[in-house]
Amino acid sequence: MEKKKGWKDVPLGGLIMEAGNADEYETGSWRTFKPVLDQEACNNCLICWIFCPDTSVLIEDEKIVGFDYVHCKGCGICAAECPKKAIEMVLDEEK
Amino acid sequence: MAKTSVPQIKMPLTGNDAGAYAMKQVNPDVVAAYPITPQTELMQEFAQYVHDGDVDTAFITVESEHSAMSACIGAAAAGARTMTATSANGFALMWEVLYIAASLRLPITMAVVNRALSGPINIHCDHSDSMGARDAGWIQMYAENPQEAYDLWLIGIKAAENHDVLLPAMIMYDGFIISHTMEVVETLPDDAVKDYVGPYKPAYAMLLDEKPFTVGPLDFHDYYFEHKRQEIEGMERAPAALAAAAAEYEKLSGRHYGPVETYRADDADVIMVALGSTAGTARYVVDVLRDQGKSVGLMKLRTFRPFPHGEVTDALGKTKCVVVCDRVASFGAFGSPTFMELRSALYEVAERPLVINYIYGLGGRDTGPDLLEQAFEEGLRVARTGEIEQHVSYLGVR
Ligand code: SF4
Ligand code: SF4
Repeated sequence: MEKKKGWKDVPLGGLIMEAGNADEYETGSWRTFKPVLDQEACNNCLICWIFCPDTSVLIEDEKIVGFDYVHCKGCGICAAECPKKAIEMVLDEEK
Repeated sequence: MAKTSVPQIKMPLTGNDAGAYAMKQVNPDVVAAYPITPQTELMQEFAQYVHDGDVDTAFITVESEHSAMSACIGAAAAGARTMTATSANGFALMWEVLYIAASLRLPITMAVVNRALSGPINIHCDHSDSMGARDAGWIQMYAENPQEAYDLWLIGIKAAENHDVLLPAMIMYDGFIISHTMEVVETLPDDAVKDYVGPYKPAYAMLLDEKPFTVGPLDFHDYYFEHKRQEIEGMERAPAALAAAAAEYEKLSGRHYGPVETYRADDADVIMVALGSTAGTARYVVDVLRDQGKSVGLMKLRTFRPFPHGEVTDALGKTKCVVVCDRVASFGAFGSPTFMELRSALYEVAERPLVINYIYGLGGRDTGPDLLEQAFEEGLRVARTGEIEQHVSYLGVR
């Protein structure tokens, strides 16, 4: 874990000076349930990818290949929106 | 009258006239405001300046004071010199955004024309509006008369915009008593004001800076405290910035503005403390009582935030009794805000004076010399006997 900055070194007034640095914030630690994909049931409609608020549904060649568990907060939106019921939210016991 | 580097132009102005005239001379980039008595006239006059082309300010007429302060924050973050004004419940409606202006370190300046907070509904003066926001992170200065309303706003801009500080500032003056009362005010020439405030140099400017950045993101337990500590540091640097701004202003105007101002207080057994227009009445009463051989003086508290504890200790440390008059009640507290702060400041003084507190003038209740004389007499009794009968009393209530 990097050493956090003190008050003399943080940007004025809470500004964020670099674009896109939310990537460095590992929100995956907030998760209780994680999405697990049933490849058989999935038709790759990518509705889950559209709805995920954390861009954590991973896509390759227009096909879903899994989830970015470093950032997925486990909100379950993907599972709720999936028309094929191909995503199950399971208790994330690894953490 | 001290020699000044620029001519002083005498004008008959009310407090609101003086505020609007200061704004006109500053010619801010953006003003966003909503009308509320007794501030309305100030913005009405400024709107006239905008209409007549005397300024090139973008004047945003919003639908509420919450929006007024929010628009000011947006404009200031974009890189604009921004000003506004309000009173009482309009001020209360700005509440949450006052804190955001301060924490984003945006040096917005605002006139607060003091008026009692409802309820019961009332449009007259007391300090319940601005006193409630004493922990919002704004510099707060109380003007005694239209002259100070004009001068302190200019000084406030300079101190707030100082890059060591970068905090918003509010200038208070008493509703109706000052806002609607005409006096001769010495103003500076337009050029002198322009040179004094100088071109606006924002610390950051969303619309002007080359590189994009984010303003106002979520800030959790891991960094919020550091940002608040940083904001506190800005306020701790405000006394030096205010002193520098006032010193430079004194060269132009011959008028000296410290955080406190004493009157016949050096050898006084009893010193009254007052803010705003009441300080003028108290000065008169001091003269009356001095003529009767009574050892009394006055300390006017001009700057409430940052609270000038050192100056207060110096001014009051050697007296026998301090009579703190405050135009506001702090429900459930031991005394009014100024009483609490001031007693705390005096705690380390070896032979500290006894301190009594009078809450007066709520909802514009007239507080004339007779009432202040009554408070001085009680102070003299306490100084003589060394005994306080009641710490907190009410002046002029039936
Ligand atoms: S919404 Fe369901 S079916 Fe569509 S791609 Fe996602 S997991 Fe597959
Ligand atoms: S659970 Fe939420 S955050 Fe995680 S992949 Fe699904 S929609 Fe995205």
